[in-house]
Amino acid sequence: MAGHDLPETPVRFETHPERYRHWRLDLPAEHGGKVARLTLDIEEAGGLRAPDAPGGYTLKLNSYDLSVDIELADALQRIRFEHPEVRALLVTSGKERIFCSGANIYMLGTSSHGFKVNFCKYTNETRMGLEELSAEGGVPSLAALNGTASGGGYELAVTCDEIVLAEDGSSVVSLPECPLLAVLPGTGGLTRLVDKRKVRRDLADVFSTVAEGIRGKRAVEWGVIDEAPPRARFDEAVKRRLEAMVARSSRRPFRPVKLGPLGAERTEKGCRYRYVTLEVDAAARQATLTVEAPTGAEPETPGALAEAGDGAWAIRAFRELDDALLELRFNHPTVAVVALRTRGSAEAVLKVDRMLAAHAQDGLVREVVLQMRRVLKRLDLTAKSFYALVEPGSCFAGSLLELALAADRVYMKDAAGEPVSVALSPMNAGPLVMPNGLTRLQSRFLATPEKVGQVLALPGPLDTAAAVEAGLVTFAPDDLDWDDEVRLAFEERASLSPDAMTGMEASLRFGGPETMETKIFGRLTAWQNWIFQRPNAVGERGALTLYGKPERPHFDWRRC
Amino acid sequence: MSVISQERIPNNVDLASDKRLQRALEAWQPSFIQWWKDMGPHGFQEDQVYLRTAISVEPDGWAHFDYVKMPVYRWGIFLADQVPDRRIGFGDLMGEPVWQQVPGEHRNALRRLIVTQGDTEPASVEQQRLLGRTCPSLYDLRNLFQVNVEEGRHLWAMVYLLHSYFGRDGREEAEEMLHRRSGDQNKPRILGAFNEPCTDWLSFFMFTYFTDRDGKYQLLALAESAFDPLSRTTRFMLTEEAHHMFVGETGVMRVVERTAQMMKEQKKDHPDDLRKLGLVDLPTVQRYLNLWYSVSLDLFGGEISSNAASSFAAGLKGRAQEDRYEDHRALTGTYAVPRFQNGALVTEDVPMRNAMNEVVRDAYIEDCQRGVDKWNRAIAAHGIPFELRLPSRRFHRAVGVHAGQHFDPEGNPVSAEAWQASQDAWLPSAADRAHVQGLMREPVMEPGKMASWIAAPKQGIKGRPVDFEYVRPRQA
Repeated sequence: MAGHDLPETPVRFETHPERYRHWRLDLPAEHGGKVARLTLDIEEAGGLRAPDAPGGYTLKLNSYDLSVDIELADALQRIRFEHPEVRALLVTSGKERIFCSGANIYMLGTSSHGFKVNFCKYTNETRMGLEELSAEGGVPSLAALNGTASGGGYELAVTCDEIVLAEDGSSVVSLPECPLLAVLPGTGGLTRLVDKRKVRRDLADVFSTVAEGIRGKRAVEWGVIDEAPPRARFDEAVKRRLEAMVARSSRRPFRPVKLGPLGAERTEKGCRYRYVTLEVDAAARQATLTVEAPTGAEPETPGALAEAGDGAWAIRAFRELDDALLELRFNHPTVAVVALRTRGSAEAVLKVDRMLAAHAQDGLVREVVLQMRRVLKRLDLTAKSFYALVEPGSCFAGSLLELALAADRVYMKDAAGEPVSVALSPMNAGPLVMPNGLTRLQSRFLATPEKVGQVLALPGPLDTAAAVEAGLVTFAPDDLDWDDEVRLAFEERASLSPDAMTGMEASLRFGGPETMETKIFGRLTAWQNWIFQRPNAVGERGALTLYGKPERPHFDWRRC
Repeated sequence: MSVISQERIPNNVDLASDKRLQRALEAWQPSFIQWWKDMGPHGFQEDQVYLRTAISVEPDGWAHFDYVKMPVYRWGIFLADQVPDRRIGFGDLMGEPVWQQVPGEHRNALRRLIVTQGDTEPASVEQQRLLGRTCPSLYDLRNLFQVNVEEGRHLWAMVYLLHSYFGRDGREEAEEMLHRRSGDQNKPRILGAFNEPCTDWLSFFMFTYFTDRDGKYQLLALAESAFDPLSRTTRFMLTEEAHHMFVGETGVMRVVERTAQMMKEQKKDHPDDLRKLGLVDLPTVQRYLNLWYSVSLDLFGGEISSNAASSFAAGLKGRAQEDRYEDHRALTGTYAVPRFQNGALVTEDVPMRNAMNEVVRDAYIEDCQRGVDKWNRAIAAHGIPFELRLPSRRFHRAVGVHAGQHFDPEGNPVSAEAWQASQDAWLPSAADRAHVQGLMREPVMEPGKMASWIAAPKQGIKGRPVDFEYVRPRQA
């Protein structure tokens, strides 16, 4: 089944609340403007593929596609930067008696395998961001289910800290994917049931195989939700919980920062932003992602940072990098290897890092650093091979050194007479953790944890020999070999099986401890990737293929 | 003068402006000279030898003759002329332009092919390093050294590719080729036949006839490669390899000529009598042939090979003289190869690409037979009723389906006991080796004179007479 790579026009990830078709973001007066309310009210014909297009679909029953999640991700960004006054988040629905019925099945059934996996990955990242907003950003969240939440709908709810379901005798929560579609809930639902809500495993087993779901009372008993008040007392329960959340919020106030459009120049060959450039060589299945250092004066205090707003390098460069990574994933699916380059003054990057480190407790600085962290995680989780190229004129320093540390390999030029260096900063020492909860340096030196501190303590920029000695470099070809070595390395990588590379990289990038995050993404790339390919789901008579059709699915009964 | 110069290293690869190659050779060349002094022809490094040196690819340039001391031989780097608009001639990419650079996808496989080929070159020099001490004539001594310096140049040819196209890994591999040693248990040469001792001149002639002929077929197969620099390098090497096989073919020929002639003159045919006359009896020649032919057959690899198939598919290595075949994609055909099934030898049709080793081996066997026929005609011309024969391909094999089994020279399976009992009749025995080495105790260093066991060549080198002073001993 080839399926649609969706849509004919490239996917764009920039949007704005004024252009939302599926969500409403407001700050209701009844909570004194301290609660952000996200109301899901999906426009049925507003998906990425119009209902009358080939492989088109209608987003019935508040079912979503990628366009819905793009708006959700944007809304969370707005709450982070534009609404520092928000201290709690309410997620609810604008439709009668239905909260959300998850990802649209017809969209899944007609999408290519690669698109499905990338779609799931993106929705997962968005949900991780929602959880991070609570855990790190001090904005707890409440899912107010005014009706049934099934599949991805329940998974959305379970990413919120608390879930309240209006008990009306018919509304349910459910994960019907396994019994109904022969696939897994794709957005971390299973993992969160047992790891986050700590639902007993046998009850989770029952819950995950009952297609019609369970109603409020039992859902509360099993721990699947927190409360199921009768409809009449629903609003009151929601209000009570939100007030408690506002009260316990640890968010620190700061001057709002408006996020303007990125203004990228986009062509088939990539995109050019202010600090980031993505160049794609489609024939070679290679791309280059270049991040530039700040070029002018950057804010030296949090106040100046707020003043500079979204033009500040620390905000803008990483927003651009985030967009470029999504561009790579969705609009250049056949690109295999990406060169990570940097250009400009390492000292300028280190200066920004020092400011961020010195004011880590400031509310805005905190958001800025969290954004860096999310973007770098997005890099960790991107199914492309990344090779960092450290050359004269590059600035792999501090927060930008993280790009190299996230890369699958680091090539550093050993050029006599030409200065090449990398440098460390406090940003390498803690704030930019990976999904496994470790810093990239910690993940790099699992066998020799003492090396993390030693490397961080090394004085000044490290030249090639010192960087090799420190264990930061994979290969250090000299200037005579450089071009050929790099060309060959890229060509070689691009020739290997994309599936094997995705699996291999996902296995090697996240050494060390498991976290809920690594479990969710690991299981997505392994289990879901496999199940999505199996005839039992996507064969001619597979359950996903036949969903909504009169025919019953036909399974190959052999377990493996 | 720097060791790295156009003058010291004749070449047509623009060494003068290739900084990367210069840098690599600056490190490697001194190691090579040291290796040559340590492992090259023993005891003759100071002598003046009348040698052919390739100084350009022009018709009059690749065979320049003069006296030279071997350590200052000008090992050069030559590629055959580029064929304009050359296209890949076989495999999945047939018809596409050949590659002037190594594609990353095939880097490791190509490096492996080049290292395996390159490793045989210094190996044979090492195998032959003591032969000078027992040479049957100055003419043969010179031929030995010619073969040796050209094997050295073939090493340079492969090292050139490693240095120019394989970066640091290539430089390390080039260095390693000077560190492995033929027959060394700790660091042996890569291929088995190149670890067999070659301690007498009969072995040397057999080696240059049979084992260098394997080299010819490997070079022919690599000359088809889509990697154009490899193709051009090996095409030039083939012009030199021809001389090595000439040395082998005429060497064996002169041995059997001498023996047959004496058998006729002395009217003797018992090996013991012939041995007393200072000759190599023909059954001993046959046993040496059996040995060197069988170990050379192993060099072609297993009968069914996925490596061979993928090299062919990717365009890395074709069949020798690919244009003699009709189907260059070889996707549909099959080839009959031997296989063991339930203990019985059967023939199995396998996909053509998987049988490439066997295809090339078959062409090699056919080619080997031609020289054997010539030798037999010489024996027959003296009225001696003896025929040399290539043994069955099953005989004495260490690689492929026949490895680990026992077969007689006709290819019939025999028991381990029968093999033990007959081994001395089929392969050189300790007594054979003792006799052959006994014939070669002293070098024959007088111009024009031949050892008792070998006939004089029909003509000398490059128009020089047979009694020309091909090697001038160092001045005392």
